[in-house]
Amino acid sequence: MLLRFSTKFSLIFFLIFFGSSIAFSAEKSDDKKGFDVNEMIMHHIKDSHEFHIMDINGHGVSFPLPIILWTKNGLVSFLSSEFDHDDSGTVVVDKNGQLFVKYHEKIFYANTENNTKYISYDELGNVLNEKPLDLSITKLVFSMFISMILLVFIFVATAKTYSRSRKGEPTGLGKFTEPLILFIKDEVAVPMIGEKNYKKYMPFLLTLFFFIWINNVMGLIPFFPFSANLSGNIAFTFVLAAITFIITTLVANKDYWKHIFWMPGIPVPMKLFLAPIEFLGIFIKPISLMIRLFANISAGHIIVLSLISLIFIFKSIWLAPASLFFSVFISLIEVLVVAIQAYIFTMLSALYIGSAIEEHEH
Amino acid sequence: MDLVTPDIGLIFWTTVSFGILYFVLAKFAWKPILGAVNEREKSIKDALSAAEKAKDEMENLKSDNEKILNEAKLQRELLLKEAREIKSKIISDAENEATEKANKLIESAKTAIENEKSAAMKELKNTVVDLSLNIAEKLLSKELESKDKQLENIQEILDKTKLN
Repeated sequence: MLLRFSTKFSLIFFLIFFGSSIAFSAEKSDDKKGFDVNEMIMHHIKDSHEFHIMDINGHGVSFPLPIILWTKNGLVSFLSSEFDHDDSGTVVVDKNGQLFVKYHEKIFYANTENNTKYISYDELGNVLNEKPLDLSITKLVFSMFISMILLVFIFVATAKTYSRSRKGEPTGLGKFTEPLILFIKDEVAVPMIGEKNYKKYMPFLLTLFFFIWINNVMGLIPFFPFSANLSGNIAFTFVLAAITFIITTLVANKDYWKHIFWMPGIPVPMKLFLAPIEFLGIFIKPISLMIRLFANISAGHIIVLSLISLIFIFKSIWLAPASLFFSVFISLIEVLVVAIQAYIFTMLSALYIGSAIEEHEH
Repeated sequence: MDLVTPDIGLIFWTTVSFGILYFVLAKFAWKPILGAVNEREKSIKDALSAAEKAKDEMENLKSDNEKILNEAKLQRELLLKEAREIKSKIISDAENEATEKANKLIESAKTAIENEKSAAMKELKNTVVDLSLNIAEKLLSKELESKDKQLENIQEILDKTKLN
């Protein structure tokens, strides 16, 4: 159901955007130097200000995305196509007297002192230019919006199927989504948080699980408007882990803090020894959440891309079957992995919340 | 290093997106879905407990029936026993009464017989005395008619009577 739905969606996107706003790259890429696998992979798994769709005769075809900057003179926004695919700080965009250049997917104020070079570096090659606050709708943000639309569409449609059924049994889309919802309820929320309190956290856990999962799955689909490595971006996982951390800290009861700072039932020296460890644990738990999801999803993307890149590294078409076989194999495993990672993230979040509101009896 | 440095823009958008998604889904999706699921689970639970209750009631009814049956049986037993007792009592009473009456009758018959007997004896005695006196009178008158005979008789009596 989900797959049919997403392919339909991607088709619509293709039709809407292909005709209107395709920007052709005029840049002569450094083809002569050969294929840089590392750069290609890193470029893929990182964020971008334009959504690269494909290359036609060496010209990149990209879907331009809005750049939104909070500058010294207020909010500035323009389409990323104005940079003309430039990512090396050579094309300047002039907005209301402010000059911007894009260098390695970061927007800088252009350095106007030297008219040929807009970027200035220190000895280590770090960029010295000032940066405006970049709130652009990047590739990952764009992908996230699509996932939101999909989620709202799927689950509002699911909710509607219940009003059609007479006795509250799932019909239509609900037959597909309800088992997943019940899984989160019966296997995650109830055992981790407890029969008494779980209801309050169900919306959060469901949103978390499906948000992560759909973005994981969308990352696996290798064409526009999917393929973005959103859930393999540390900023994304950071936010989700931070939300779990905030909830855990806010709802925590006296017992939780007592078990951290003055563990009952053990001798005083041990209490003193455990307190700093337990205190660090408060932060390590969400950090582990953040890193686990980020690393797993990024690793998946890197492996698939590396296997595909083998063809280009060895410059042999004969390697293609093996390379394809392995990348399909890994992709299938990834389908499993992304679901498991979404589940683990949700389950551990529920566990942390559950441990914070648990009532101990001793 | 670039890879593990969270980007402010993405943090901002993720926070906003997740917040919006949370509220939209919570209001328009999770609430009706979980509501329907909970309602359904509740109705299933209710139906199950109602069935359980009905089963219990049936069980109770069954045991009640058994109890009533047992009581009825006991009652019957008791009634029968009482009836039997009454019967035997009546019989024994009747027997006793009959015996008593018979005894009384026999007793009175005996006394009547005794009375009659003694009366008869009395009369017999009187008759015998009269008779004997008559005979004696007649005999004496006859014997005393002649002196010889009297003497003879006296002699005879004296002979028989040994004087020593």
